Amino acid sequence: MTQPVFWALVGMALVVIGLYGLIVHAHLLRKILALNVISSGVFLVFIALARRAPRDGAAISPGPDPVPQAMVLTGIVVAVAATGLAVALIVRLRAMTGRTTLGDEADN
Amino acid sequence: MTPPGYRQGDGRNAGGQAETAAGARARGQIPSWARASIALLLLALFGGLALAVLSLSSPAPGLSEAVAARIGESGVSHPVTAVLLNFRAYDTLLELVVLVVAMIGAWSVGTARGCGGDTPGPLLRHLPRLLAPLMVLAAGYLLWAGAHSPGGAFQAGSLLGGVGILLCLSGRPLPDGLLGWPLRLAAMLGVIVFAALGAGVAALPGGSPLGWPPDAAKALILSIELAAMLSIGFILAALFAGGRP
Repeated sequence: MTQPVFWALVGMALVVIGLYGLIVHAHLLRKILALNVISSGVFLVFIALARRAPRDGAAISPGPDPVPQAMVLTGIVVAVAATGLAVALIVRLRAMTGRTTLGDEADN
Repeated sequence: MTPPGYRQGDGRNAGGQAETAAGARARGQIPSWARASIALLLLALFGGLALAVLSLSSPAPGLSEAVAARIGESGVSHPVTAVLLNFRAYDTLLELVVLVVAMIGAWSVGTARGCGGDTPGPLLRHLPRLLAPLMVLAAGYLLWAGAHSPGGAFQAGSLLGGVGILLCLSGRPLPDGLLGWPLRLAAMLGVIVFAALGAGVAALPGGSPLGWPPDAAKALILSIELAAMLSIGFILAALFAGGRP
Protein backbone atom coordinates (compact mmCIF):
# COMPACT_ATOMS: atom_id res chain seq x y z
CA MET A 1 0.00 0.00 0.00
CA THR A 2 1.51 3.29 -1.08
CA GLN A 3 1.40 6.39 1.05
CA PRO A 4 -1.26 8.24 -1.01
CA VAL A 5 -3.57 5.23 -0.80
CA PHE A 6 -3.03 4.97 2.96
CA TRP A 7 -3.91 8.61 3.55
CA ALA A 8 -6.90 8.34 1.22
CA LEU A 9 -8.15 5.44 3.34
CA VAL A 10 -7.65 7.53 6.49
CA GLY A 11 -9.65 10.32 4.84
CA MET A 12 -12.48 7.93 4.03
CA ALA A 13 -12.45 6.65 7.60
CA LEU A 14 -12.88 10.27 8.73
CA VAL A 15 -15.80 10.68 6.33
CA VAL A 16 -17.51 7.57 7.72
CA ILE A 17 -16.88 8.59 11.35
CA GLY A 18 -18.29 12.02 10.58
CA LEU A 19 -21.36 10.49 8.93
CA TYR A 20 -21.97 8.39 12.03
CA GLY A 21 -21.75 11.47 14.23
CA LEU A 22 -24.03 13.39 11.89
CA ILE A 23 -26.72 10.70 12.04
CA VAL A 24 -26.50 9.77 15.72
CA HIS A 25 -26.24 13.13 17.46
CA ALA A 26 -29.29 15.34 17.65
CA HIS A 27 -27.59 18.46 18.97
CA LEU A 28 -27.01 20.80 16.05
CA LEU A 29 -23.57 21.92 17.21
CA ARG A 30 -22.46 18.28 17.17
CA LYS A 31 -23.90 17.95 13.67
CA ILE A 32 -21.81 20.92 12.54
CA LEU A 33 -18.71 19.35 14.08
CA ALA A 34 -19.54 16.09 12.31
CA LEU A 35 -19.89 17.93 9.00
CA ASN A 36 -16.47 19.47 9.58
CA VAL A 37 -14.98 16.04 10.25
CA ILE A 38 -16.53 14.83 6.98
CA SER A 39 -15.12 17.75 5.04
CA SER A 40 -11.68 17.23 6.56
CA GLY A 41 -11.87 13.63 5.40
CA VAL A 42 -12.83 14.68 1.87
CA PHE A 43 -9.97 17.16 1.78
CA LEU A 44 -7.54 14.50 2.95
CA VAL A 45 -8.74 12.14 0.19
CA PHE A 46 -8.26 14.86 -2.44
CA ILE A 47 -4.80 15.83 -1.22
CA ALA A 48 -3.69 12.22 -0.90
CA LEU A 49 -4.89 11.19 -4.34
CA ALA A 50 -3.26 14.28 -5.87
CA ARG A 51 0.08 12.80 -4.81
CA ARG A 52 -0.38 9.86 -7.17
CA ALA A 53 1.07 11.92 -10.01
CA PRO A 54 4.26 10.29 -11.29
CA ARG A 55 7.37 12.10 -10.18
CA ASP A 56 10.00 10.25 -12.15
CA GLY A 57 9.89 8.93 -15.65
CA ALA A 58 7.72 11.75 -16.93
CA ALA A 59 9.05 14.11 -19.58
CA ILE A 60 8.54 17.11 -17.30
CA SER A 61 8.41 16.22 -13.63
CA PRO A 62 5.33 18.16 -12.56
CA GLY A 63 5.00 17.10 -8.92
CA PRO A 64 1.62 16.63 -7.26
CA ASP A 65 -1.52 17.45 -9.23
CA PRO A 66 -2.28 21.11 -8.40
CA VAL A 67 -5.94 20.99 -9.44
CA PRO A 68 -7.22 18.95 -6.45
CA GLN A 69 -5.08 21.10 -4.17
CA ALA A 70 -6.71 24.26 -5.51
CA MET A 71 -10.13 22.65 -5.11
CA VAL A 72 -9.34 21.78 -1.49
CA LEU A 73 -8.26 25.37 -0.87
CA THR A 74 -11.61 26.49 -2.26
CA GLY A 75 -13.38 23.85 -0.21
CA ILE A 76 -11.77 24.89 3.05
CA VAL A 77 -12.96 28.47 2.64
CA VAL A 78 -16.46 27.36 1.70
CA ALA A 79 -16.55 24.98 4.69
CA VAL A 80 -15.54 27.77 7.05
CA ALA A 81 -18.19 30.09 5.60
CA ALA A 82 -20.85 27.40 5.81
CA THR A 83 -19.89 26.65 9.41
CA GLY A 84 -20.14 30.32 10.33
CA LEU A 85 -23.57 30.61 8.71
CA ALA A 86 -24.76 27.39 10.38
CA VAL A 87 -23.64 28.58 13.81
CA ALA A 88 -25.44 31.89 13.26
CA LEU A 89 -28.60 29.94 12.36
CA ILE A 90 -28.28 27.82 15.51
CA VAL A 91 -27.90 30.93 17.67
CA ARG A 92 -31.05 32.32 16.04
CA LEU A 93 -32.96 29.04 16.53
CA ARG A 94 -31.99 28.94 20.19
CA ALA A 95 -33.00 32.57 20.65
CA MET A 96 -36.41 31.98 19.06
CA THR A 97 -37.37 28.55 20.38
CA GLY A 98 -34.92 27.78 23.17
CA ARG A 99 -34.00 24.51 21.45
CA THR A 100 -30.78 23.30 19.88
CA THR A 101 -32.20 20.30 18.04
CA LEU A 102 -34.42 19.90 15.01
CA GLY A 103 -37.64 17.88 14.93
CA ASP A 104 -41.21 18.11 16.13
CA GLU A 105 -42.11 20.22 19.11
CA ALA A 106 -43.50 17.11 20.84
CA ASP A 107 -40.10 15.42 20.81
CA ASN A 108 -38.62 17.89 23.20
CA MET B 1 -6.81 -5.61 29.57
CA THR B 2 -10.55 -5.52 30.03
CA PRO B 3 -11.67 -4.94 33.61
CA PRO B 4 -13.69 -7.90 34.93
CA GLY B 5 -16.85 -5.87 35.50
CA TYR B 6 -16.91 -4.56 31.97
CA ARG B 7 -18.59 -7.51 30.27
CA GLN B 8 -21.18 -7.85 32.99
CA GLY B 9 -22.17 -4.22 32.63
CA ASP B 10 -22.46 -4.69 28.90
CA GLY B 11 -24.73 -7.70 29.39
CA ARG B 12 -26.98 -5.85 31.79
CA ASN B 13 -27.37 -3.06 29.27
CA ALA B 14 -28.39 -5.55 26.60
CA GLY B 15 -30.92 -7.11 29.00
CA GLY B 16 -32.58 -3.84 29.85
CA GLN B 17 -32.58 -2.70 26.29
CA ALA B 18 -36.31 -2.07 25.95
CA GLU B 19 -36.33 0.31 28.87
CA THR B 20 -33.18 2.05 27.66
CA ALA B 21 -34.59 2.43 24.18
CA ALA B 22 -37.83 3.92 25.50
CA GLY B 23 -35.89 6.36 27.64
CA ALA B 24 -33.65 7.24 24.78
CA ARG B 25 -36.59 7.89 22.48
CA ALA B 26 -38.15 10.15 25.09
CA ARG B 27 -34.98 12.25 25.02
CA GLY B 28 -35.00 12.29 21.22
CA GLN B 29 -32.02 9.95 20.97
CA ILE B 30 -31.44 6.89 18.87
CA PRO B 31 -31.76 3.43 20.49
CA SER B 32 -28.61 1.37 20.68
CA TRP B 33 -29.73 -1.31 18.19
CA ALA B 34 -30.26 1.42 15.61
CA ARG B 35 -26.85 2.87 16.42
CA ALA B 36 -25.28 -0.54 15.89
CA SER B 37 -26.98 -1.05 12.54
CA ILE B 38 -25.99 2.46 11.43
CA ALA B 39 -22.41 1.68 12.39
CA LEU B 40 -22.55 -1.58 10.42
CA LEU B 41 -23.98 0.14 7.35
CA LEU B 42 -21.30 2.81 7.54
CA LEU B 43 -18.64 0.13 7.93
CA ALA B 44 -19.93 -1.44 4.72
CA LEU B 45 -19.80 1.99 3.08
CA PHE B 46 -16.20 2.36 4.22
CA GLY B 47 -15.42 -1.05 2.73
CA GLY B 48 -16.85 0.03 -0.61
CA LEU B 49 -14.95 3.31 -0.56
CA ALA B 50 -11.74 1.52 0.36
CA LEU B 51 -12.21 -0.90 -2.56
CA ALA B 52 -12.74 2.09 -4.84
CA VAL B 53 -9.49 3.69 -3.68
CA LEU B 54 -7.52 0.46 -3.90
CA SER B 55 -8.73 -0.16 -7.44
CA LEU B 56 -7.48 3.21 -8.69
CA SER B 57 -4.50 2.97 -10.96
CA SER B 58 -1.65 4.17 -8.82
CA PRO B 59 0.52 6.36 -11.06
CA ALA B 60 -2.25 8.67 -12.23
CA PRO B 61 -1.20 11.45 -14.57
CA GLY B 62 -3.91 13.79 -13.29
CA LEU B 63 -3.82 17.29 -14.65
CA SER B 64 -0.33 18.20 -13.45
CA GLU B 65 1.19 17.84 -16.92
CA ALA B 66 -1.51 20.02 -18.47
CA VAL B 67 -0.90 22.67 -15.81
CA ALA B 68 2.88 22.46 -16.18
CA ALA B 69 2.59 22.87 -19.96
CA ARG B 70 0.63 26.13 -19.77
CA ILE B 71 2.01 27.66 -16.57
CA GLY B 72 4.22 30.05 -18.55
CA GLU B 73 1.11 31.86 -19.78
CA SER B 74 -0.53 32.11 -16.37
CA GLY B 75 1.50 35.01 -15.00
CA VAL B 76 2.51 33.17 -11.82
CA SER B 77 4.95 30.34 -11.25
CA HIS B 78 3.19 28.43 -8.47
CA PRO B 79 0.87 25.82 -9.99
CA VAL B 80 -1.84 26.03 -7.29
CA THR B 81 -2.11 29.80 -7.62
CA ALA B 82 -2.15 29.43 -11.40
CA VAL B 83 -5.04 26.97 -11.15
CA LEU B 84 -6.94 29.07 -8.61
CA LEU B 85 -6.71 32.45 -10.30
CA ASN B 86 -6.19 31.65 -13.94
CA PHE B 87 -7.11 28.18 -15.17
CA ARG B 88 -10.12 27.74 -12.89
CA ALA B 89 -10.83 31.37 -12.09
CA TYR B 90 -14.61 30.82 -12.22
CA ASP B 91 -14.34 28.56 -9.17
CA THR B 92 -12.53 31.21 -7.21
CA LEU B 93 -14.89 34.00 -8.26
CA LEU B 94 -17.88 31.93 -7.19
CA GLU B 95 -16.12 31.00 -3.96
CA LEU B 96 -15.86 34.69 -3.11
CA VAL B 97 -19.57 34.98 -3.90
CA VAL B 98 -20.25 32.07 -1.52
CA LEU B 99 -18.38 33.92 1.22
CA VAL B 100 -20.42 37.07 0.65
CA VAL B 101 -23.67 35.08 0.62
CA ALA B 102 -22.71 33.35 3.88
CA MET B 103 -22.03 36.72 5.47
CA ILE B 104 -25.34 38.13 4.20
CA GLY B 105 -27.07 35.06 5.60
CA ALA B 106 -25.43 35.46 8.99
CA TRP B 107 -26.22 39.17 9.01
CA SER B 108 -29.86 38.59 8.15
CA VAL B 109 -30.54 36.29 11.10
CA GLY B 110 -29.11 38.36 13.91
CA THR B 111 -27.01 41.20 15.18
CA ALA B 112 -23.45 40.89 16.43
CA ARG B 113 -23.28 40.87 20.21
CA GLY B 114 -19.57 41.49 20.55
CA CYS B 115 -17.01 38.74 20.80
CA GLY B 116 -15.74 38.51 24.33
CA GLY B 117 -18.71 39.39 26.46
CA ASP B 118 -16.65 40.08 29.57
CA THR B 119 -13.86 42.59 29.82
CA PRO B 120 -10.70 41.09 28.31
CA GLY B 121 -7.85 39.95 30.54
CA PRO B 122 -4.44 41.63 30.60
CA LEU B 123 -3.06 39.29 27.96
CA LEU B 124 -5.83 40.03 25.48
CA ARG B 125 -5.65 43.74 26.25
CA HIS B 126 -1.98 44.10 25.39
CA LEU B 127 -1.03 41.22 23.10
CA PRO B 128 -2.95 42.45 20.01
CA ARG B 129 -0.93 45.69 20.15
CA LEU B 130 2.12 43.54 19.44
CA LEU B 131 0.62 40.80 17.30
CA ALA B 132 -1.80 42.59 15.00
CA PRO B 133 0.82 44.60 13.06
CA LEU B 134 2.98 41.52 12.68
CA MET B 135 0.02 39.49 11.42
CA VAL B 136 -0.87 42.18 8.88
CA LEU B 137 2.75 42.15 7.71
CA ALA B 138 2.75 38.36 7.45
CA ALA B 139 -0.51 38.53 5.47
CA GLY B 140 1.08 40.92 3.01
CA TYR B 141 4.06 38.60 2.65
CA LEU B 142 1.84 35.55 2.11
CA LEU B 143 -0.08 37.43 -0.58
CA TRP B 144 3.12 38.29 -2.43
CA ALA B 145 4.66 34.84 -1.95
CA GLY B 146 1.59 33.18 -3.46
CA ALA B 147 2.87 33.94 -6.94
CA HIS B 148 5.84 31.60 -6.63
CA SER B 149 5.43 29.42 -3.54
CA PRO B 150 2.65 28.22 -1.22
CA GLY B 151 0.58 31.18 -0.12
CA GLY B 152 -1.94 33.48 -1.71
CA ALA B 153 -5.12 35.39 -1.09
CA PHE B 154 -6.88 32.78 1.01
CA GLN B 155 -4.06 32.16 3.44
CA ALA B 156 -3.42 35.89 3.74
CA GLY B 157 -7.13 36.58 4.10
CA SER B 158 -7.56 34.08 6.90
CA LEU B 159 -4.63 35.69 8.68
CA LEU B 160 -6.36 39.07 8.33
CA GLY B 161 -9.54 37.44 9.63
CA GLY B 162 -7.48 36.32 12.62
CA VAL B 163 -6.40 39.92 13.19
CA GLY B 164 -10.05 40.97 13.14
CA ILE B 165 -11.03 38.26 15.61
CA LEU B 166 -8.13 39.18 17.91
CA LEU B 167 -9.13 42.85 17.87
CA CYS B 168 -12.76 41.92 18.48
CA LEU B 169 -11.84 39.63 21.40
CA SER B 170 -9.65 42.30 22.94
CA GLY B 171 -12.56 44.71 23.07
CA ARG B 172 -11.49 47.05 20.28
CA PRO B 173 -14.60 47.44 18.17
CA LEU B 174 -14.51 49.02 14.74
CA PRO B 175 -15.10 52.77 14.81
CA ASP B 176 -18.73 53.66 14.09
CA GLY B 177 -17.81 55.40 10.85
CA LEU B 178 -16.60 52.11 9.40
CA LEU B 179 -19.66 50.06 10.33
CA GLY B 180 -21.92 51.25 7.52
CA TRP B 181 -21.09 51.13 3.86
CA PRO B 182 -17.26 50.92 4.26
CA LEU B 183 -17.60 47.48 5.88
CA ARG B 184 -20.04 46.31 3.19
CA LEU B 185 -17.77 47.66 0.46
CA ALA B 186 -14.77 45.86 1.95
CA ALA B 187 -16.71 42.61 2.01
CA MET B 188 -17.80 43.01 -1.61
CA LEU B 189 -14.46 44.33 -2.88
CA GLY B 190 -13.09 40.93 -3.91
CA VAL B 191 -16.14 40.03 -5.98
CA ILE B 192 -16.35 43.53 -7.50
CA VAL B 193 -12.70 43.68 -8.56
CA PHE B 194 -12.64 40.06 -9.75
CA ALA B 195 -15.83 40.38 -11.80
CA ALA B 196 -14.94 43.81 -13.19
CA LEU B 197 -11.48 42.71 -14.35
CA GLY B 198 -12.90 39.43 -15.65
CA ALA B 199 -15.50 41.29 -17.70
CA GLY B 200 -12.93 43.89 -18.72
CA VAL B 201 -10.56 41.41 -20.37
CA ALA B 202 -13.51 40.00 -22.32
CA ALA B 203 -13.82 43.39 -24.01
CA LEU B 204 -10.25 43.20 -25.32
CA PRO B 205 -9.86 42.01 -28.93
CA GLY B 206 -9.85 38.21 -28.87
CA GLY B 207 -10.47 38.16 -25.13
CA SER B 208 -12.77 35.94 -23.16
CA PRO B 209 -14.28 36.39 -19.69
CA LEU B 210 -11.65 35.76 -17.00
CA GLY B 211 -9.09 34.91 -19.68
CA TRP B 212 -6.13 37.00 -18.59
CA PRO B 213 -3.77 38.11 -21.38
CA PRO B 214 -0.41 36.50 -20.53
CA ASP B 215 1.65 39.71 -20.40
CA ALA B 216 -0.75 41.44 -17.97
CA ALA B 217 -1.69 38.31 -16.03
CA LYS B 218 0.59 38.85 -13.06
CA ALA B 219 -0.62 42.38 -12.37
CA LEU B 220 -4.26 41.34 -12.80
CA ILE B 221 -3.87 38.32 -10.53
CA LEU B 222 -2.09 40.32 -7.82
CA SER B 223 -4.71 43.07 -7.80
CA ILE B 224 -7.50 40.48 -7.62
CA GLU B 225 -5.68 38.71 -4.81
CA LEU B 226 -5.24 41.97 -2.90
CA ALA B 227 -8.95 42.74 -3.09
CA ALA B 228 -9.88 39.13 -2.33
CA MET B 229 -7.58 39.07 0.71
CA LEU B 230 -9.27 42.16 2.19
CA SER B 231 -12.73 40.74 1.53
CA ILE B 232 -11.91 37.32 2.96
CA GLY B 233 -10.41 38.86 6.08
CA PHE B 234 -13.41 41.11 6.67
CA ILE B 235 -15.93 38.36 5.98
CA LEU B 236 -14.26 35.80 8.25
CA ALA B 237 -14.07 38.33 11.09
CA ALA B 238 -17.69 39.32 10.47
CA LEU B 239 -18.78 35.68 10.57
CA PHE B 240 -16.98 35.30 13.89
CA ALA B 241 -18.73 38.36 15.27
CA GLY B 242 -21.91 36.51 14.36
CA GLY B 243 -24.23 39.05 12.78
CA ARG B 244 -25.05 42.50 11.55
CA PRO B 245 -23.07 45.21 13.34
